[in-house]
Amino acid sequence: MSAEETAKVHEEPPRPARGAISAYFHNLIDLPWNVRDSIIRHGAPTSDRAKSQAVNQNFFLHILSARIHITSLKFWTTMGLGVISLMLFLLLVITGVLLMVYYKPSINQAYDSIKDIVFVVPTGRFMRNIHRWAAHGMVACVILHMARVFYTSAYKRGREFNWVMGMVLFVITLGLSFTGYLLPWDQLAYWAITIGANIAQSPRELTDALGVTAIFDVGGFQKELLLGAHYVGQEALIRFYVLHVMVLPLAAALIIGAHFWRIRKDGGLARPEEPVPSHPPALGPSGKDGGTKTWGLMAVVKGKTGNVGDEMANTIPAYPGALFALAAVAMAATAAMLMLGYYFDAPLTEIANPAVPENPAKAPWYFLGLQEMVSYSAFMGGVGIPAIVVLGLALIPYLDREEEEPGIWFSGPRGRKVALASAVFTTVFTIGLLAFTVKFGWLRNWYPDIDQIMITFFNPGTLIVAVFALWSIVSVKLTNSTRMGAIALFTCFFVAFIILTYFALVHRGPNWDFYWLPSQWPTH
Amino acid sequence: MPGRLEPEPLPRRDFLGLSAIWSAILAFVAAALGAVRLPMPAVFPESNSRVKLGHAERFPRGSATHLSDLRIWVYHDAAGLYALSSVCTHLGCVAGRSKDGTFKCPCHGSVFDVAGKVVAGPAPKRLNPLELSLAPDGQIVVDTRRFTGAESRLKV
Ligand code: HEM
Ligand code: FES
Repeated sequence: MSAEETAKVHEEPPRPARGAISAYFHNLIDLPWNVRDSIIRHGAPTSDRAKSQAVNQNFFLHILSARIHITSLKFWTTMGLGVISLMLFLLLVITGVLLMVYYKPSINQAYDSIKDIVFVVPTGRFMRNIHRWAAHGMVACVILHMARVFYTSAYKRGREFNWVMGMVLFVITLGLSFTGYLLPWDQLAYWAITIGANIAQSPRELTDALGVTAIFDVGGFQKELLLGAHYVGQEALIRFYVLHVMVLPLAAALIIGAHFWRIRKDGGLARPEEPVPSHPPALGPSGKDGGTKTWGLMAVVKGKTGNVGDEMANTIPAYPGALFALAAVAMAATAAMLMLGYYFDAPLTEIANPAVPENPAKAPWYFLGLQEMVSYSAFMGGVGIPAIVVLGLALIPYLDREEEEPGIWFSGPRGRKVALASAVFTTVFTIGLLAFTVKFGWLRNWYPDIDQIMITFFNPGTLIVAVFALWSIVSVKLTNSTRMGAIALFTCFFVAFIILTYFALVHRGPNWDFYWLPSQWPTH
Repeated sequence: MPGRLEPEPLPRRDFLGLSAIWSAILAFVAAALGAVRLPMPAVFPESNSRVKLGHAERFPRGSATHLSDLRIWVYHDAAGLYALSSVCTHLGCVAGRSKDGTFKCPCHGSVFDVAGKVVAGPAPKRLNPLELSLAPDGQIVVDTRRFTGAESRLKV
């Protein structure tokens, strides 16, 4: 510091010419503006520099980098699915907190409190409807979002762990739905949780067959932990309530935060590389005020000069363009939920009756594929296969480490072909297998005294998994590419999920028997 | 004497650092285990599993009686009385008894024959036969958690 500057610092602050009382009144008058300026500590963001400050200096906005690559805003880059998932999650939190005001987690009062919410509480029915449809929507969007990330190879180049965090979010999302639908204590709730808890217990199918249940009873342990009892009752309701309103949303919020943070730190969304220009680096469109700050602090590129290829030229300030795009997507999602909530009522079946399940007792759509699997073997369908699938999905980025240009759907025409072939193969194979089991049954129909362990390990579900695994290994071999193998495997499971869901939704009727149409179900 | 030219294999500073880290990890694990222990119930809320069903006249010979609250069926055949739980051994739904005496489960389609044996579907085990006994006052008592053999009968 020069002597001059030092002197300045020690100078007395200038006294106002007016008296302090008058200053006080002026401060009162200026209060609204001063408060505003203290919240937003920069002027109207007109220059690029101010725009980047607008983003960087705001706790909530700085999750965006100050400049966004235009590719990231293109519809086909993300289809907005992640943002929609986020918006639905926020809607769920808001409507959920409102529902908590009246909901009573007691087996004697839960059902009535839902009825109150629907018929008595002002806007209660509307809020409950939104909560229900947003929950369904979030599951759908998270699944589609995962598919989009997968097919655009957006899990590569430092994004491996973010994909794993995404898997955790996927599981939490399903957990939120599952715990949520016990709460109304209606027939659907009661029997879904009974089945769910017994799925948790189903490792006994294996330990029983091995004769070790007495000393090593994982299944029993899991069920007791989940229900706090040996049956679905008050203890279970409280446990599910705690998970649903506290543990899982909190975990989701934290991991969503980390998920976004990583995207920002990974240099924004995955996108194809840009050719490095031969001409000397030109200043970006914002070169005018480039002198005031080095790019390294503001832009997504590394290094102190802003120009690596044409990257800079293809970015725009996050404020306001990207923010408006985000807001538009979020508003569209909200509007869709408001419409759904206004026109369609969330179902509420009869009050829970432990003596008789509904017939058929169907899970919500996203668990129907599982229900079909479980109808072959409880342990394999409910624990084994889901564990294999979730683990397999989580490991994708570690098993396929090919240097791939990210951000390209199906990694180009070859992948498109592999995906198409896999989709056709899966459709034919899965429908064929379903038709076969409907027509001819399975092992037990042929050998009535067969050992359970045989069915556990060899049933249509495990057969599907084994065939898909084989198919993808063959794909790796034929294409000599792990990425193509991954595309084959992912496509198989994705298409099979859709087919099984459709099959269980439309073609399964009372006693889980096959019917062409629900209208053919016997009436009693 | 270990001097500067001949350093100790593990410098004391590293040793202290490592112990600090590991004791922190251990403490954390112990705390986590303690916290996770709480939700594991020590006492289970359970109603009495032994229920009086009334006197033998309630179940005339040749009858099949549904006690839906208990989710059981009580039969009276030539050999005596026996009870069958209608809780499906697959995933715990309640199987319904058809007119022909077989059981069908609405949840995933398990089918059991008249005696409760699995005929089709995913159920890994037969329907559980429940223990019947006589109370001192002559009433029939079922124990909904005590499974017996398929052949066991209560003579009345
Ligand atoms: C609660 C659920 C989730 C939310 C709210 C969420 C949100 C988001 C958002 C907003 C983005 C920005 C890009 C976009 O909109 O597509 C994103 C990107 C990403 N998500 Fe998710 N996500 C969720 C679940 C998942 C799942 C299930 C996976 C996969 C297993 C996943 C993996 C990823 C990856 C790897 C990226 C980076 C993609 C890229 O760089 O292009 N996320 N997520
Ligand atoms: S619970 Fe009976 S078949 Fe699944």
